[in-house]
Amino acid sequence: MASPDDLKFQEFEEATDLLSSNPGASTLSVSSPGAAASSGDVRVDLSDEEDNQEESSELLGGEKQTGGFWTFEYYQSFFNVDTMQVLDRIKGSVMPLPGRNFVKHHIRNNPDLYGPFWICVTLVFSVAISGDLFTFLNEMGDPGFHYRPQFNKVSIAAVTVFLYAWLVPLGVWGFLTWRQSVERHISGYTFLETVCVYGYSLFIYIPASILWTIPINWLEWLLIIIALVISGSVLVMTFWPAVRDDTRLTAFATMAVIVSLHALLAVGFKLYFFKTPTYTGSSHSGQQTSPATNHTTLAAEKVST
Amino acid sequence: MAEVEESSKPLFAGLSDISISEDIPVEGDISVPVGSQNSDNDFSTLDEPVKDTILRDLRAVGQKFVHVMYPKKSSALLRDWDLWGPLLLCVTLALMLQGGSADSEEDGRPQFAEVFVIIWFGSVIITLNSKLLGGTISFFQSLCVLGYCILPLTVAMIVCRIVLLGGSGLVSFVVRLIVVTASFSWSTFASTAFLADSQPPNRKALVVYPVFLFYFVIGWMILTFSPSH
Repeated sequence: MASPDDLKFQEFEEATDLLSSNPGASTLSVSSPGAAASSGDVRVDLSDEEDNQEESSELLGGEKQTGGFWTFEYYQSFFNVDTMQVLDRIKGSVMPLPGRNFVKHHIRNNPDLYGPFWICVTLVFSVAISGDLFTFLNEMGDPGFHYRPQFNKVSIAAVTVFLYAWLVPLGVWGFLTWRQSVERHISGYTFLETVCVYGYSLFIYIPASILWTIPINWLEWLLIIIALVISGSVLVMTFWPAVRDDTRLTAFATMAVIVSLHALLAVGFKLYFFKTPTYTGSSHSGQQTSPATNHTTLAAEKVST
Repeated sequence: MAEVEESSKPLFAGLSDISISEDIPVEGDISVPVGSQNSDNDFSTLDEPVKDTILRDLRAVGQKFVHVMYPKKSSALLRDWDLWGPLLLCVTLALMLQGGSADSEEDGRPQFAEVFVIIWFGSVIITLNSKLLGGTISFFQSLCVLGYCILPLTVAMIVCRIVLLGGSGLVSFVVRLIVVTASFSWSTFASTAFLADSQPPNRKALVVYPVFLFYFVIGWMILTFSPSH
């Protein structure tokens, strides 16, 4: 039986009772850990509870781009990351754990362009500068060698890295979207997420390129293999769930293409920028003969004069 | 008493009683006084001698140089930004990185255009980056700060060229390395002191890192400069 008393705001009284009993409780706080998962705030909490993260990722899914592509705010939505988020994503690309999909775990509906862009720029300069250092260290014992900075290599490195970091994700995304339209049960990624994965996976090459200046041949190839395994596994673990529902041939072919392109990039860097003295390939390496043969030619010249 | 009576009446009822009395002067002179020749000079600088104009701009540029060399939290760089200083520094640096021999056979040295493009394009990209991350600094203010903070690196370039006059052995390399490292960190520190306040607090490192990379690359170009024989 409904009485006039039942129509009172009983919930309101309960709330006021709660509030009066605990006056320190914050009702709309974004900083308390318990409320972080239930508030639709942009902040991503980095705890390890999988359920917690799934909940907040679904809520964050509503934060999409604003405005058309000709407004500044559209591009500003791609840079909506904090320092800790970027560092966390870099850490995830360096230490790929099996079962942790990079996109689902780290990007979580908030792909950014800051990471891929600045990692590519840093990679360009680190490869060019390390290549310069490598050439200098190799030729240090050569009295006939006059050091000059190979600055045009920066432009070549820039073109290569940026083409790789933008065209290959375009191809992979296009392929996955096409397969998604053909076979409905495949889940694809957005273009930005693909670019993000590729950009962050290139991060491991930066310390690798710095370590490539050590002129020990087997160490360099070992470093290439280690870097390839780490960044390749990030890519494989990201894209495998997207293609595993496809036919086995397509799935394996896709994985093979992704890994081989990545390997091609690493080996290409090594062979072009870190040429060992015995590898004479281009016009720059005209003076890059090994010290032993140079000593013999100098001795031969001395004898002949 | 009169006020109480008035408040009980409806509003604006007393307006009909008002008439403009004759002793309120409503006439006057509406002509704008023409300024004398002296007050004109405060607003337009067209009539001053050219020397004054150039000296005033040079003094402004020089004052900003002093602010860069002793970076305090002053807002002079941000308030009165100008791009003369960065242009001067960029051209000086690019000219000094040429080495003097125009048609040398080595194509490895950075060309004038490359240095120019790297400095200006790099500054534009860093400014765009900081604005996209939510910075409140304006476009040209940021360009101004980044350009002016190249001053320590230009000084280092001059020092390096003087050191290279004495030979290019290991000692000169170590001296040049120390000078370039010190000036590059000075540049980064100075520009961070000016730019950091306008960024959201949890993204400061994201904005400072490209500045660090920018000055690192310029420092690398200065350090690897070697004169032709």
